[in-house]
Amino acid sequence: MDGMRIARDFVDIGALAEIPRLGARTVTTGMGDIAIFRTADDRVFALRDQCPHKQGPLSQGIVHGASVTCPLHNWVISLESGQAQGLDKGCAPHFAVKVEDGRVLLALGVPA
Amino acid sequence: MNMMSAARRKLVVIGNGMAGMRTVEEILHRAPGMFEITVFGAEAQPNYDRIMLSPLLAGDKNFEQIVLNSLEWYAEHNIRLIAGEAVTTIDRAHHTVTGEHGTVVKYDYLLLATGSNPFVLPLPGVERPGVMTFRSVSDVEKMLSIAAPGKSAVVIGGGLLGLEAAHGLNLRGMEVSVVHLMPTLMERQLDASAAHLLERALTARGMTIYTGANTESFDGEGEHGAVHSVTLKDGRRIPADLVVMAVGIRPNANLAKASGIATDRGVLVDDAMRTSDPAIFAIGECVEHNKQCYGLVAPIWDMAKVAADHICGAAQSGFMPVASGTRLKVSGIEMFSAGAFMGDKSTEDVILRDAARGIYKRLVLRDDRLVGIVCFGDARDAGWYFQLLKDEAPLGDLRDTMIFGPVMAAGDPHEALAQMPDNAEICGCNGVKKSTICNAIAAHELCTVEDVRARTKASASCGSCTGLVEGLLKLSLGENYTPDAVKPMCKCTSHGHDEVRRRIKGGALKTIPAVMQALEWTTPNGCASCRPALNFYLLAAWPGEYVDDAQSRFVNERMHANIQKDGTYSVIPRMWGGTTTAGELRAIADVVDKFNIPAVKVTGGQRIDMLGVKKEDLCAVWQDLNEAGLVSGHAYGKSLRTVKTCVGSEWCRFGVQDSTAMGVALEKATWGSWHPHKVKLAVSGCPRNCAEATIKDFGVVATEAGWDLHVGGNGGIKVRATELLCKVTTEEEVMEYACAFLQLYRMEARYLERTAPWIERAGLKYVQERIVDNAELRRSLFEDFLHAQKFAQTDPWAQEATSPALGKKFNAMAELV
Repeated sequence: MDGMRIARDFVDIGALAEIPRLGARTVTTGMGDIAIFRTADDRVFALRDQCPHKQGPLSQGIVHGASVTCPLHNWVISLESGQAQGLDKGCAPHFAVKVEDGRVLLALGVPA
Repeated sequence: MNMMSAARRKLVVIGNGMAGMRTVEEILHRAPGMFEITVFGAEAQPNYDRIMLSPLLAGDKNFEQIVLNSLEWYAEHNIRLIAGEAVTTIDRAHHTVTGEHGTVVKYDYLLLATGSNPFVLPLPGVERPGVMTFRSVSDVEKMLSIAAPGKSAVVIGGGLLGLEAAHGLNLRGMEVSVVHLMPTLMERQLDASAAHLLERALTARGMTIYTGANTESFDGEGEHGAVHSVTLKDGRRIPADLVVMAVGIRPNANLAKASGIATDRGVLVDDAMRTSDPAIFAIGECVEHNKQCYGLVAPIWDMAKVAADHICGAAQSGFMPVASGTRLKVSGIEMFSAGAFMGDKSTEDVILRDAARGIYKRLVLRDDRLVGIVCFGDARDAGWYFQLLKDEAPLGDLRDTMIFGPVMAAGDPHEALAQMPDNAEICGCNGVKKSTICNAIAAHELCTVEDVRARTKASASCGSCTGLVEGLLKLSLGENYTPDAVKPMCKCTSHGHDEVRRRIKGGALKTIPAVMQALEWTTPNGCASCRPALNFYLLAAWPGEYVDDAQSRFVNERMHANIQKDGTYSVIPRMWGGTTTAGELRAIADVVDKFNIPAVKVTGGQRIDMLGVKKEDLCAVWQDLNEAGLVSGHAYGKSLRTVKTCVGSEWCRFGVQDSTAMGVALEKATWGSWHPHKVKLAVSGCPRNCAEATIKDFGVVATEAGWDLHVGGNGGIKVRATELLCKVTTEEEVMEYACAFLQLYRMEARYLERTAPWIERAGLKYVQERIVDNAELRRSLFEDFLHAQKFAQTDPWAQEATSPALGKKFNAMAELV
């Protein structure tokens, strides 16, 4: 199987309903865990599940607006860009993700 | 010489209620010492504020707080009070009255203030125990003897009184249904639109409303058994441990009628409040004046003035009924209505409707004058509208903007407040007028909103008038008003923690979105700082009702384990009072082996910590621990952590009490409780204090005589030793004081504030006044704590491990390789 092809395409990773609103779930990949976030208004975002600060699992943070607060040291990371907010500097890689017919589709090879 | 007493005429008042006593006050005001006054009261209590029965029922007030005239007051004014004796006969020929116990008193003037009786529906089962009316303190006592969380209450009658009763019972945790005969609630005060919003608001508070519903019978076991349900005419059946009838009142004119005084529906009076017998006056709910009977307080106060004028011969005034407004005393529901609110062919309406926010205002106009008002959801401007209605002045240009209130009409909020009449109501919940607030500010040199709250109760309930109170402080103090710099909870709001807590309770706000909406949060769903705080405040305010929001929990409380720097977790099972068994230790050892847990450590709280557990192993680890009887130690939460103990008198040669057993009992009672921050307890078996109880949030140290209770200690960055709260004798007392203290802390401290800084802020004396000096309050805090614990003591590990839906969050939703 052509690994590159899979990576570039959108892959069904599950139902939107499996992710709690204002919460996250993870997807295990060869390149580490990816955190899939769902906002209050049902938008989804995908970030590498590592805070740019000390690699805290962002998927375990509190989601508010389109940001997540890292559970280890309270850095606030933008879900849209992966950028640390405020005075903190750093960026979590982000990935293309979309919802179609209630299913969440993730594309690892496509920069969001 | 005692000329005065020889000349004093005899006034007898039948009825020791609000109307009668108000008249007596008016008489004393006009002519102190003119009369020798005797008051007969059928109820045993001194005169109390009947309007406050609903807050009494709801638990917002106690009886002392609603007493209008204390027994000392009667003594001070030389009034003979014959309480608990109803008058049975009036001998008009000889000018005497006779009480049911045989007391005979002569009168020159007689004042009838016999009030009204609640209307009792003549339905099958009406005499069953548990079926009652809502009219007196003894009715409230009867209700409270039955009321308990989870039990069912049915209120018959969806009028003002019925809904206030329903609200009180709802706050007591009962399942409340309201059965109302008419198609809409409060049809005598509200039009259909406002009634619809009211119904929606009550339903949102968990009440069930049946409109257009006719009661058939009150059912119970056998012929005389207590009521257990209410059957409606259409066959529906509603469970009921308690039935409250609030279907109206009828004037109590029986005594007058039996004495040959002219009556119809009530005791007939002229404009001077005089009955058909010129020596006898009547006032209040028992009278009928121009075919009209009265149940609201404002016109009755007017009657009192008129009656006093004539009894004292002070003035030739006459009773002129004026419009009176109605408010519903249900905290968080703002409602006001007055005048011809229904309108007719000759009237026009100005309406403002914001259905999503539950706001509806309707102003009814006739010939350019305001004749009727209905406000629902926002009654801030009701006082101003009502003044316009009473003034009966032509509205002119005001018509264009009046629906938006005086602020819009004046163009400047400061000016609008200045313009507001003195008797305009500022605080709807507590009925506090502008003049009351301004006078209190001047008389007591008040300078903060807190001062005004403490002195007048304005803005002390739902808090929606806080801005107006601040405005009045500014008006009164000018430059000298420096508002307290309240630290906002976080950047999402300008409100401080205390204000938010007060508004949650006062406004009956029961979800995080509701709080954010009502308090105008500036962010759509808060932040990582305010959400956990709100979640805790709601949990503490509404035990058993609020549904915990996992997404507003910090990771450790959501995962029931402590996240470590590498993203793994630490797992600490509970060891009651630091005790364990071979079986438990064996189970822990097996779990460590089975899941390759890299580190095991004994904690400072006398338990065992397994470190480095992978997220996906958590559920399985818990399952194995649960099987050995081990449960979550909540070592990860803003919650009750440990109760540290020494071995005490069981083993130690110095021990004077069984500290281990006391510690285990405390931990069994308090585990699972959520707090503003972590809470640690300890029990030492003698003053050597090996359990280090004096650096704990609540420390217990045994002495020969009993137990010393210490509070407000902690280790940590800033070590603080405890302060002595008090000394007690028995284990039961230790338990009651500990739980009451924890309850006070969880209800009053700010989120993330440990007991040490809280006590430093509030003062040890403040805590002692509540926990030590006030036995009644301590008892009620204790009971509140136990009530909340009923919903808190569930092992989260067992819950997660056995629920596949919940367990999902520990695993990846997909694997891509």
